[in-house]
Amino acid sequence: MHYRSLNISQIKCIVYFCHQFGRGLERVYYLHTKKSCQKSDRNIFNMKKVPYRNLISRILGVSLVVVLLLSNSLHAKETAVLQESSAVSSGEGDPVKGKQLFNQNCAACHSLTKKMTGPPLAGITEKHDKEWLYAWIKNSSAMIKAGDAAAVKIYNEYNQAAMTAFPTLSDQELEDILAYTDAPPVTPKPVAGAEAGAGAGQVQSSGISNELILGALVLVFGLLVVMLFLVNTTLRRIAEANGVLLEKEAAKKGTPIWKAFAKNQFLVIVFVIFLLLNGAYFAYGYMMQVGVDQGYAPIQPIHYSHKIHAGDNNIECKYCHSSARVSKTSGIPSLNVCMNCHKSIDEYKGNPEGPSAEDLANGYTNEFYTKEIQKLYDAVGWDKENQRYTGETKPVEWVRVHNLPDFAYFNHSQHVSVAGIECQTCHGPVEEMEVMYQYAPLTMGWCINCHRETDVKVEGNAYYEKIHEELSKKYGVEKLTAAQMGGLECGKCHY
Amino acid sequence: MSSLSKIGIVLCSVLFVVSCSDKNNRNYQFMPDMYESVGYEAYQKVDFLPNGMEAGLPAEHTIARGWMPYGIENTIEGKEIARENPSPLDASKQEENLKVGKEMYDIYCGICHGDKGDGQGDLVKREKILGIPSYADPARNITVGSTYHAIYYGLNSMGSYAGQLDIEERWQVAEYVMKLKQDLTK
Repeated sequence: MHYRSLNISQIKCIVYFCHQFGRGLERVYYLHTKKSCQKSDRNIFNMKKVPYRNLISRILGVSLVVVLLLSNSLHAKETAVLQESSAVSSGEGDPVKGKQLFNQNCAACHSLTKKMTGPPLAGITEKHDKEWLYAWIKNSSAMIKAGDAAAVKIYNEYNQAAMTAFPTLSDQELEDILAYTDAPPVTPKPVAGAEAGAGAGQVQSSGISNELILGALVLVFGLLVVMLFLVNTTLRRIAEANGVLLEKEAAKKGTPIWKAFAKNQFLVIVFVIFLLLNGAYFAYGYMMQVGVDQGYAPIQPIHYSHKIHAGDNNIECKYCHSSARVSKTSGIPSLNVCMNCHKSIDEYKGNPEGPSAEDLANGYTNEFYTKEIQKLYDAVGWDKENQRYTGETKPVEWVRVHNLPDFAYFNHSQHVSVAGIECQTCHGPVEEMEVMYQYAPLTMGWCINCHRETDVKVEGNAYYEKIHEELSKKYGVEKLTAAQMGGLECGKCHY
Repeated sequence: MSSLSKIGIVLCSVLFVVSCSDKNNRNYQFMPDMYESVGYEAYQKVDFLPNGMEAGLPAEHTIARGWMPYGIENTIEGKEIARENPSPLDASKQEENLKVGKEMYDIYCGICHGDKGDGQGDLVKREKILGIPSYADPARNITVGSTYHAIYYGLNSMGSYAGQLDIEERWQVAEYVMKLKQDLTK
């Protein structure tokens, strides 16, 4: 909320202290290890413990940062409370209660600032007087029938969508709601933003120090290499000066090693066999991965994040891929399924804790996602301003990720509805995937392996009763795997 | 040839091989003729068909298999007619129907309406979608018929779920919603 209200010198101060804090931590750690050494060696060296002189000042600095951060939010909270309380005292309705009521009853069709199914409601009392509004909220269709000019106008303007009547709302509750809609729009920026900013500062400062350490290491190693080289050359010069024959030069006079190798037939045969086996191993490995698309992650025309939908928002897989329940293919959802929610959600607001540093590094900001939602609107022909379909649609050319070869038959409903297998078993942790990729190899060996290991779910399935009884007697087992039920027969998948 | 250039050649060839494995493209196939269908695949791009898509809507004046016309229009009067519409499902199998209804409800409705039907689904709790009423709201006074109507056509911000649920499933969900309403008003 108050990140903005920090002035530049304050921000500089915070960044500086974060930086110092990072460095201070390292020093403290260093000191700590040093201390423990001293303790154990005390009786040998009898050293005197010296407390870290700057430690107290560091702690003070850090606490100053914390106070700076908190004080701003505290201030803002105070002012916000003040604002709210002043609003309560000036009007009769309570905007806090009103907000709750508004979110419960009105927000499905009304927003404060933008058109939804119904008109925006901010400052609605300036457009219509309260008596009229009460009558409208309690029974709008009666007013339209009675021919109230203003009522009929609104009714026609908003696609003749009848507003649900709210006869149960009391006058006090209506007063509260109107107090909320009349209140000046308070757009509190989450404190999380400021914290995240400070957090990023810390991460960055520790990153810099890490780089410094690495650089120093590289420098030390470089020096070592140079020193070794110099020592080597001087020693060599000394040896030459003393007339010592170096081994390397002595070896040159014997037969070269490759000639000796070629003359030894046994070695040559062993080497050839080794080479052939090695070659076969890599050739096998290469050929087995031909036609396997594991890890395939194409760029889609609309950046759809499974992580946000299935992970953060916890939407069932089958909500969108509903045909996985009942048909062979788990279809790509048509855009009307998207619009079930995105009629109301036209911008991405993200998590309450804000976008993670990783997302920001990849460019997945809130604005980015909002643009992707706009792409959906363009494709489905939804006019956001006027809340209606324009009728101009264009198909979205999604790129199919999972595609079995044409000679293999796979049926989703059989696995999803009958066997009750989780989607994640084959598709992997989709709820964590920002970009969808093929998780399983989808090879025949992979299918067969699962059929060998998985028990058939027979409970409550009359279809399996008889065959299960007979087969379990035949194999002498309690539970049958898919393979024992005939899951390995060629004709089950290839015909 | 100097050893430096040999190393260079090996590095280049490794780079060449590695650069082929691109996450954006499919791998090579042994016999593409056997992998790729001659017939059109679902959702495939086909230039000469309407919209350039293989998937299309049923021709006019026909209905898809397993699909029956609803018969009530999406108007205010239609909604009032639907209110009196009883569920055609077999009442003796109510337990089974409610079981399937719950399963479907949890997938398609619970995300907004909440598992108990109180309008407190995950999306509401996360303030993504607001203003979902409770089923027990006396002003709306939903019935099994009006619930079916809302599932079929959608209502205000709610979209139609006719594409995701078939006729029987829609009635099963509507009956389950009635059960939730009963539990809420208890």
